[in-house]
Amino acid sequence: MENVLPLIFMGIMGFALLVYVILDGYDLGIGLLLPLATDEEKDIMIASIGPFWDANETWLVLGVGVLLIGFPAAYAMVLTALYLPVTIMLSGLILRGVAFDFRVKANAKHKHLWNRAFALGSGIAAAAQGWMLGSYITGLSPGIMNTGFSCLIALTMPALYVVLGAGWLMIKCEDALFDKAARWGRNAMPLMGLALLAISVSTPIVSSTIAERWFTLPNLIGLAPIPLTTVVAFFSVYWVLYKAEIAHAGYAWLVMAGTILICIMATLGLAYSLYPYVVLDQLTVWESAAAPQSLKFALWGVALAVPAIMVYTVFVYSVFRGKASALNYGQDE
Amino acid sequence: MSTLDAIDLARIQFALNISFHILFPAISIGLAWILLFFRLTYTMTGNQLWEYAYYFWVKIFALTFAIGVVSGVTMSFQFGTNWPGFIEKAGNIAGPLLGYEVLTAFFLEATFLGVMLFGKQRVSNRTHLFSSAMVAIGTAISAFWILSLNSWMQTPQGHEIIEGIFYPVSWWQIVFNPSFPYRLAHMLNASLLTSAFLIAGVSAWRTVRQVDGPATLAVLKTGVVLAAVLSPVQVILGDLHGLNTLEYQPAKIAAIEGLWHTESGAPLTLFGFPDEDQRKTHYALKIPKAASVILTHTIDGELMGLDEFEGHHPPVAFVFWSFRVMVGVGFLMIAVSWWAAWSIFRKGLASALVLRALSWMTFAGWVATLAGWYVTEVGRQPWLISGLLKAADVVAPHSSATVAGTLIGYGLLYAFLLISYIGTLRYLSTKPAASLSIQNAASNPPHDRPPAARP
Repeated sequence: MENVLPLIFMGIMGFALLVYVILDGYDLGIGLLLPLATDEEKDIMIASIGPFWDANETWLVLGVGVLLIGFPAAYAMVLTALYLPVTIMLSGLILRGVAFDFRVKANAKHKHLWNRAFALGSGIAAAAQGWMLGSYITGLSPGIMNTGFSCLIALTMPALYVVLGAGWLMIKCEDALFDKAARWGRNAMPLMGLALLAISVSTPIVSSTIAERWFTLPNLIGLAPIPLTTVVAFFSVYWVLYKAEIAHAGYAWLVMAGTILICIMATLGLAYSLYPYVVLDQLTVWESAAAPQSLKFALWGVALAVPAIMVYTVFVYSVFRGKASALNYGQDE
Repeated sequence: MSTLDAIDLARIQFALNISFHILFPAISIGLAWILLFFRLTYTMTGNQLWEYAYYFWVKIFALTFAIGVVSGVTMSFQFGTNWPGFIEKAGNIAGPLLGYEVLTAFFLEATFLGVMLFGKQRVSNRTHLFSSAMVAIGTAISAFWILSLNSWMQTPQGHEIIEGIFYPVSWWQIVFNPSFPYRLAHMLNASLLTSAFLIAGVSAWRTVRQVDGPATLAVLKTGVVLAAVLSPVQVILGDLHGLNTLEYQPAKIAAIEGLWHTESGAPLTLFGFPDEDQRKTHYALKIPKAASVILTHTIDGELMGLDEFEGHHPPVAFVFWSFRVMVGVGFLMIAVSWWAAWSIFRKGLASALVLRALSWMTFAGWVATLAGWYVTEVGRQPWLISGLLKAADVVAPHSSATVAGTLIGYGLLYAFLLISYIGTLRYLSTKPAASLSIQNAASNPPHDRPPAARP
């Protein structure tokens, strides 16, 4: 049991971060797309994420929280190493989160400024997250190659969010905005492909452990479904975005579903590459795990709360299903 | 600035972040319950005033909550970016407590909040009430866990230390450590008081500006009654908390009182200028024996002075003054709320002077809450975990320049947000009240009444 506990927490952390990338990914993506829309469309785009973004962002807190609970040593090491990108990401998230509320409540003549702050915050947060992913994959070690790689992911990661955001808009919106979303998604696909390719190619180069794991014989065949599924999903998404008649025939959800599948495959691939390390080639799951009595105490909460959270999430999404309409708190005092 | 090294900067940065953060939960914890009260009253009486009150204040709640969430995300990272050693050494205890905060409460708020804020037209009145109640309960549970961790750092127990690492022995003792019940009660009450003065202050301001409707008066009365009842309760809770601190953290009490030497029948210093170099308080205005009477309930009780803790007691002047600001604002709150209550319930109307006073006190809760937290947090220094772990031993190895740079960034961002927040509150309060339409023969009723209003 004591050996399994850290693995359970590792699994929950991976799950939380995956859900975070998908859920906050689409609302960050909408933030990135905001400057491209008309004023009326901006309102609809924001309304489509209104009831969700708060809960979406909380998955990040859960992911980091589980890192803290389960692997205090890794938490300390990772966050110390990522001090600057974390600070930059937080500023972006703060700016975005508050702009969301201020834009409708503050003086109407400042609304366009808050729209800009919303887009800027989303862009900063998305790029900083890409930077963090890049540094994390290269084992948090300095060097010009690693910095260059982090820059590359920082520039391309937002494209994934844009595709997710476009997919979300195609579910929640109609008419001109629907067509625009398809075009935005299509334009972001090559950059997203570059990000996936860069991560897939660079990890085996950075670590020989990873190279050996993927490119020796029985493994290569056994693991083939991961890259193959990714490639199939990638081109399916591109196809739906490209062929207006398919999207209009009620298959627009395939964009979101396909991109989510890509995220899941990328997470599985990354998990396989890194295991058993929490920090590549430096700290393993067991070296950095918290005391068993702490993990046991926390597990009660996790076992009760995480399923409950998932039920609430489904409930909230079902309450707000269907096409987005303008957000409304009701009347004034 | 050359005297500021990385540790001081890390401290200031953490203090800035947590000070900015606490402003918003301090409102949202209390306001969530007040909003629930508005909704329940409407459901039970069918009086539309309460529905109007809810709609106005839920917008301010949403804004407040959003800033609280985003600045709270910062906190979950800053333990690692600023104090990695704290998590390495005490992660076994801090981790699960912080984890429970996130799990049981944050999610409850963040998920039900969507329904509470935007779901009014989409769900039944009952489901909406339930969601609002869950948000209110969630904010309180959130406070429960985070204050449990904070209190454990003040009065640690239930753990063992092996090779410098903390291990839990009894979770019950850790969660319910000696200072926790007092701190929890004091903070929850502080949050209700902060919200009470906020709603009373904004309503008073609207009345002065003559943009008030009938609902504004209802909110004003709610705020004044709440403030008049809770402000004396806060004095009692604070006194109990102080006695607990005397038992477990006497150095903090000595700094609060500006008591340099251990004394029997110690005087109470009302005002003065503590001087740590000369280890005396200049121009001290003292009441003989009063400190001993208040803290030990005997006239000749002995109080430990700062000389017992030389080299490891908190900065005296800062704690001394923060305490006086907190207590001063506290007593001002009692005076203003009682005066307002007397004026409203005797004459049926608040006088212009009372309205002015209330609107000046709109953010009084913020001042008192921050000052109170400075007393307790700075009063714990130089320790991070009282008596066991010093902040200086766990600080991250960033250069002063890095920390100073990000500190300035945070400072500018927070200043901008605070100005925007208060500006928006002012803007929302300047619009004529929608409840004015009730007077005009209710030509514009709200679109969703509850199914049947009971008499």
